[in-house]
Amino acid sequence: MRYWLRLLSPGRRLVAARRAAGAAFVVLTAMIAGPAAAVDDAALAAKRPPKLLSQTGLFADPATQKPAAGVIPFAITTPLFSDHALKTRFVYVPEGKTARYHDTEAFEFPVGSVLVKTFAFPADMRQPEKAVRLIETRLLIRGHDGWRAWAYLWNDEQTDAALNIAGAKVEIALAGIGETPDEPLRFTYSVPNKNQCKACHALDGAITPLGPKARNLNGVFPYVDGPRNQLAYWHDKAILAGAPAPSAAPAVPDWRDQGAPLDARARAWLDVNCAHCHRREGPASNSGLFLTYGETDPVALGIGKRPVAAGRGSGGRAFDISPGDPDGSILLYRAESTEPGIMMPELGRTRHDQAAVELLRDWIANLR
Amino acid sequence: MRNSAWRTVIGAALILVLPAGALAAEIRVEPGADANEKLIEALILAEPGDTVTIAAGRYALTDGLSLDVDDVIVRGEGPDRTILSFTGQTGSGEGLLVTSDRVVLEDFAVEDTKGDGVKSKGSDQITFRNLRVEWTGGPKAENGAYGVYPVSSKNVLVDGVLVRGASDAGIYVGQSEDIVVRNSRAEYNVAGIEIENSFRADVYKNVATHNTGGILIFDLPNLPVQGGHDIRVFDNDVVDNDTPNFAPEGNIVAIVPKGMGIMVMANRNVHVFENRLSGNATAHVLIAAYPEDYDDDAYMFVPRGVYVHDNEYGEGGGAPDGEVGKTISDVSGTPVPDIVWDGVTTIPEYFSWVAAENRIYVDEAEGTTFANLKMISQLLLPWSTAPDTDISDYKGALPEPKPVELPQDQAG
Repeated sequence: MRYWLRLLSPGRRLVAARRAAGAAFVVLTAMIAGPAAAVDDAALAAKRPPKLLSQTGLFADPATQKPAAGVIPFAITTPLFSDHALKTRFVYVPEGKTARYHDTEAFEFPVGSVLVKTFAFPADMRQPEKAVRLIETRLLIRGHDGWRAWAYLWNDEQTDAALNIAGAKVEIALAGIGETPDEPLRFTYSVPNKNQCKACHALDGAITPLGPKARNLNGVFPYVDGPRNQLAYWHDKAILAGAPAPSAAPAVPDWRDQGAPLDARARAWLDVNCAHCHRREGPASNSGLFLTYGETDPVALGIGKRPVAAGRGSGGRAFDISPGDPDGSILLYRAESTEPGIMMPELGRTRHDQAAVELLRDWIANLR
Repeated sequence: MRNSAWRTVIGAALILVLPAGALAAEIRVEPGADANEKLIEALILAEPGDTVTIAAGRYALTDGLSLDVDDVIVRGEGPDRTILSFTGQTGSGEGLLVTSDRVVLEDFAVEDTKGDGVKSKGSDQITFRNLRVEWTGGPKAENGAYGVYPVSSKNVLVDGVLVRGASDAGIYVGQSEDIVVRNSRAEYNVAGIEIENSFRADVYKNVATHNTGGILIFDLPNLPVQGGHDIRVFDNDVVDNDTPNFAPEGNIVAIVPKGMGIMVMANRNVHVFENRLSGNATAHVLIAAYPEDYDDDAYMFVPRGVYVHDNEYGEGGGAPDGEVGKTISDVSGTPVPDIVWDGVTTIPEYFSWVAAENRIYVDEAEGTTFANLKMISQLLLPWSTAPDTDISDYKGALPEPKPVELPQDQAG
């Protein structure tokens, strides 16, 4: 059994676990008892990190994504869509240091911290734990002068990953999605170049983490020592200081959770998929379209807002969001498109997420 | 050729390192099979002070380029010799994105990007010089929106660029401050040159021809930077803007009628003078309020303080185009006068008066024609059956803004 089941975000994992009548959970808890490999703090602090992912010491076994001691897996409740890629995430905070809690922004991590995210594809999305191919592992390293972003590209043998600067294109064949799930979907996955990392991970022009915010982490993760709320777990592991009890911290729903309110699901999806750029301090600040979870100005959210620099991205539609009229809303047009120059986000996908499009359609249709 | 002994061949790319200055290096990229990667890498690994030289040749690029290092010059070997072609682009919203300060982009061409051409976001001291940005298939709605596109930037110099085919604006400066656009040519775009929601801009010695509209000075609501002001548009040739509007619907420039010369919409303290206008079949100069409904208490939809003087007017106004053209000519008749003001004021002003610094002033040579259409606020309906065509009623002047001075434009 590999590590892959825990890649899936809590919501999907929950569904999967229910389907498997709890069996999956038992298996999960039986994992990770490998030798305590050590994170190489000095190598990660260098101007350029090691050439190979294995040399960072972040993983006890990179190929199975088994983390080293002190490297803690996490998931975010509503994840970014990246062409259906499965993702594993890990956080490393150097011994004796703690990240500082923030209610709405990413936590303030101490120097030496590393955030790790691996992107992978199974052969068939219906069996996400089988025949998983690792594509890239991204590191955000907190240095003295701020965060630095790096990507490691996995080799064909799946034994290790090498530092990559210029980005890469990887051919993917993925079954189990769309209307003909037995027919593998073929597309080109794009590993971002170093500058493209900052195209999303920028806050007031500086590189910043996106995922580790209270609202994204405030959910249960199936740790080896049992399922726990992640905020509570981080507190207990002494990597996070200043966090309130999970019940007092903000939380977004899993966007696929049909039981959650439609508005919260759509806003959670927009928050993670759009608001890294579309916020007042983000790369798309000039658009005036702001989609953070806490945004309260309806025009800034796009409701009745005319586009400013959309060009052909407007699709001939007059407003970003036309309440009650999904097909008159630019936001939906750009979420559906896969054409560069039209599609949003501009980076990070070549496919569109049909289920998310349906959620957004439903949401806009229900707006007054 | 300088210092050929320093050349090192790496793959198909040639890297030339010049020990010029303390640490400054010249990174040279040549065309070849892996030129895309080499170019991306060169722009990422450049150090402050470096020059990235893109050798003459045609580069077929599949992904957008970006620069996030301060104090870098990116230089081609001429806008007809160094050609970055994005016909096969599969990702990114623009051809080249600059997000750093004190950057010079010069002497190359960017062709057929899927989105915008060359963009700077949040840059201080950004120079676009002797560039060509073109959609080679001619004016089409499928073309990218903006050619040369500094936004949220400071100290912007656009000098000697040529932009063709943008489906929004050829040269578009948005939400920026201290701007010079000069010696440039914009043709076959929807808008030739557009200054939008920006402070302190000098637009001079440009040619705007065969666009839908030549030069637009716009201010829009619901944006982080608004209240555009202190703009001088002078000594430009704005002629034969005769391309049918091909902007995708929904964009503000989609309202611009074919044959618009210079259009001022909202904004404060705009000076339009010593330009040469001819062959603009809707109107040479239009001064107008923002025509759409909006929800933004901080926004001033009416132009405040516009001074139009000493321009030369040739033939024009003979074939007013589209909804705007019809709205104008229904009141003014055809040919449309050289200078048209929609006459919209705010409601309190409508019932009282407009302060001197907020008025529209026109001081032109004998024989120049003018019409105040006397439209009622945002309804685009005339409140009087007869427009005011007595140009002498609008005589007067406004103090001219100081010339824009840019740090990167100082001699030496």
